[in-house]
Amino acid sequence: MTDLIATRPKLAFRFDRWAPALLLAIALLAYVVIALYTGQTQYLTVDNLISVLGRSIALGITAVGQTFAILVASIDLSVASLISAVSVLTSVIMNGNPAMVLPAIAAALALGLVVGLVNGLIITRLEVNPLIATLGMSLIIQGCLSAFVSNFAGSVPPEFQVFAYGGFGSLSYSLIFLALLAVAAWFVLRHTRFGSDIYAVGGNKDAARVAGIKTARVTIGAHILCSLCAAMAGLYLASRLRSGAPWIGSDGVYDLESIAVVVIGGTILAGGRGGIWGTMAGVIIFSLIDSIFNLAGVDAFAKQVLRGIIIVAAVAFYAVRSKRLVA
Amino acid sequence: MKKILALALAAGLALTGAAFAQAPNFDDPAEFARQKALLTTTPMGPADMPWEQYLVDGMKDTASFKKEGPYTVCFSNAGVNNPWRVVGFTDLQQEVALHPEIGELVHVDAEGSDDKQIADIDDLLAGGKCSILIVSPNTTAALTPAVEKACAVLPVIVFDRGVNTDCPVTFVHPVGGYGFGIQGAEFIAANVKKGANVLMLRILPGVDVLETRYSGGKHVLEDAGLNIVGAEFTDGDNAKTKSIVEDYLQRGTIDAVWMDAGATAVAAVEAFQDGGYPIPVFVGEDQQDYLQTWQANGMTAIAPTYPTYQWRTAIIAAVKTLKGEAVPSPEWILPQPAITMDTLDKFVNPKMPPLHYAMCGCEAMANYPTAWGGQ
Amino acid sequence: MTEQTLPHADRRKRQLPQINPVYFVLAALIVAIVVMNPAFAEPTGYMNFLKRAAPLAILAAGQLYVIVSGGFDLSVGSVITLVVVGSSILSNNDPNSTWWVIATMFAIGAGVGLINGLVVCYLKVPSLIATLGMMITLNGVAFMWSGGSPRGYLTDQFRFFGRVNISDLPLIRILPVALIVLIVLGFALYWLMHRTNLGRMIHAIGDNPRAANLAGVPVNRVRILAFIVSSLSAVAAGIMLGGFAGVSTDVGTGYELQAITAAVLGGAQLLGGRGSVPAAIAGALTLNAIFTLLNFLGLPQPIRQVVQGLILIAAVAVAMQRRKHTGR
Repeated sequence: MTDLIATRPKLAFRFDRWAPALLLAIALLAYVVIALYTGQTQYLTVDNLISVLGRSIALGITAVGQTFAILVASIDLSVASLISAVSVLTSVIMNGNPAMVLPAIAAALALGLVVGLVNGLIITRLEVNPLIATLGMSLIIQGCLSAFVSNFAGSVPPEFQVFAYGGFGSLSYSLIFLALLAVAAWFVLRHTRFGSDIYAVGGNKDAARVAGIKTARVTIGAHILCSLCAAMAGLYLASRLRSGAPWIGSDGVYDLESIAVVVIGGTILAGGRGGIWGTMAGVIIFSLIDSIFNLAGVDAFAKQVLRGIIIVAAVAFYAVRSKRLVA
Repeated sequence: MKKILALALAAGLALTGAAFAQAPNFDDPAEFARQKALLTTTPMGPADMPWEQYLVDGMKDTASFKKEGPYTVCFSNAGVNNPWRVVGFTDLQQEVALHPEIGELVHVDAEGSDDKQIADIDDLLAGGKCSILIVSPNTTAALTPAVEKACAVLPVIVFDRGVNTDCPVTFVHPVGGYGFGIQGAEFIAANVKKGANVLMLRILPGVDVLETRYSGGKHVLEDAGLNIVGAEFTDGDNAKTKSIVEDYLQRGTIDAVWMDAGATAVAAVEAFQDGGYPIPVFVGEDQQDYLQTWQANGMTAIAPTYPTYQWRTAIIAAVKTLKGEAVPSPEWILPQPAITMDTLDKFVNPKMPPLHYAMCGCEAMANYPTAWGGQ
Repeated sequence: MTEQTLPHADRRKRQLPQINPVYFVLAALIVAIVVMNPAFAEPTGYMNFLKRAAPLAILAAGQLYVIVSGGFDLSVGSVITLVVVGSSILSNNDPNSTWWVIATMFAIGAGVGLINGLVVCYLKVPSLIATLGMMITLNGVAFMWSGGSPRGYLTDQFRFFGRVNISDLPLIRILPVALIVLIVLGFALYWLMHRTNLGRMIHAIGDNPRAANLAGVPVNRVRILAFIVSSLSAVAAGIMLGGFAGVSTDVGTGYELQAITAAVLGGAQLLGGRGSVPAAIAGALTLNAIFTLLNFLGLPQPIRQVVQGLILIAAVAVAMQRRKHTGR
């Protein structure tokens, strides 16, 4: 009897750990099968798989940040408009001038810092539900942005376009950047005090407070990281599109998609469980799904239907075994 | 903390200042004059087939691109996310069916995202089986590098919105936004008294073709001495359009309505009908529901068009290129006729869906009208 | 199923004399609008306003059921789109089709709500994700069904509910049918939420699902019913919106967030346990009144967005402070 109790959580833990990899394997298998079936074997080279990964750099960077927000039992719906704002800010400050690259990056990160801080303060000090707080923030950012610009503004000098277009052979700098960012996030989550505090606060806020953790600070910290990542995604998109436009973030649906890949990666919305590698698996799964649809020539509308079902199915894959009540 | 706020404030101010300095120019007198002249230019090419006609001479030799069939035509599409693009894409598919030398059409849909379209073009190039690439860019600036990259390996045809490079074989498009704005506004000026109240309805700011339509229309209306009572954004939303017009009617009379796109024109007309007002002079577009409302109510109206037949032209240009036949270049400028009270009856067809764009050049094609959703 | 399921009977008593601040805000806004534009006080002015606000008001009242039960329903906007697009295809310009088309739409709505509820209750997918998936899927379905562009017209009979004004009435001169629909459905939703056992159970599971479960509330069944009510209200809103303005493929876009905003303005507590149907309807009217006012002030769309964001955050923050003062 005691044995049973002891092993149960362990089993569940293992499932959680391997489920993202399992989903990833299924997606990869589907990709290979479709490529073989449609006779497009030229898509099965290593170069091509790397280019599949390169499809979702912006989503990946955003999702790294969103993982922090969700792990701490919060959520961030303001990332999409922040991405737009940052891309415009960067491109306007740079304005084609290589000397302004560093100031522009600094300004972008500062904007991310401020937005994350304000989000965190509204959620912890005013005790506004994070969904509403960040939705409101999203409307405010988008409104301020659209008041000033309605089209592509400024331009990014070639020196900065290297971020999106340069690379070692077929391995782009931006992909390496995403990988490094993921490693850094993993390190923070697994090997720092702040990381373990995030899991503690996300798992049970009251218990964490009793244990002496300053829960508000942890939540604010997670939101700052989340917004910083969104700011970096905005920098990447400015570099990739060579200019910033006020619709970049909302067109890419980075808010809902980043949440979707995080939960597909096994991080639970209630917080406290999950991790960065799951999110990375989620991002790759999303890229693969995109590529599979392109290979199979699925039309855009059917794609949408399938995407909606896949998101729910993937989350159900983790959640159906849980005993908790959800709403 | 204070430092951060100060920094943010500075950044905000910099953004404001620079953004105004950066605003793209949608009020270009030279382009206005050019398009105004093109509206009345007699087209070259086969009569009665405007999708094969061109307004500006200048051919490009494509012998170097000549290839044996069957061709794989790859098409990177910005999206089929609005009815205009739905009609256009059907046009394109039906045009492909007319060319036995096209073995396969590979269509990738970017769903309205620049980022995705750049990745799509990369994928198509990596696949290595395209004979030619057709691009309908989501936005001009963002897609330029991807198109330049593609030009280096294969012939490229661009249509609808352009790119900031001359590397494609040709850029297929109708006269343009100023032309659209001019046609509607000149009709209003000719049909109302001086000083009459005109309401301008726009979809949303920031889209190049819509900005130039507005700028072109506004110039003509102002020069004619008309009173523009307001220019409102409708988001292309019927309910919002109807509400805006109702609100204006509460405050005063409206003698003419100018619209930069016609998808919500019927909702605007209904605001007059439901409120018990006479329908004023109207500028819509070539959507069937508007044409039918116009005919049924005997309105004084016009429908400038942004012809969907340019989607046919893109395929025609691609096939000509691969066969080594000369094509109009660097721009293939198509005629952009407006539907007038004289030609209205020719375009009305109640069997077609409400947002079918009548200037599709598709009536004689094999699967008309079913492929376009008609009955 | 007696006193146990009444959550905190004492708290209810204490709340009674308090009036929800949303009503004051609404009254103040209306006064401001009338001062800005006296024509608003004419029947055509305020009746047009109520007619336009009616779909959102019904939608907010339906959304409230899911919010009070502790969840979110992000799929309502896509249900609206599906209803408008689907009805235009099915009715095929035949006036006799109106009734069965409307019946079919309500059946589809009930099905959507049922699936939402089942996915949340039995697959344990959080409602945010479940209804987000449903939203993406249904938008895709509407597009696939229509081919991306409207395929038919809505008949005048179908449009009766959203478009027609009954005219030549004494005193108020005109009366939009939409307003009658709002009053009837609003009252029905009020009665179901605040005067029946189902309403009490919805409050109970939102307040504390475990306690409700122990008290014998069939949590899953109640939760599913809440999703069904929300979807059905979205069908009603879709019929009225299609009626008001005709067919388009993006009618429903953004309505999910507006409905949640309206419910929150009406003091509904996210994650469950608290909310009132009349206040949610007042919240919807408030939201529309704000937009109308900003319009009369000539403020452009971006400013409206900023204001919407600010009031959203402020409304929740104020509600939280009030709750602290009233002892919870």
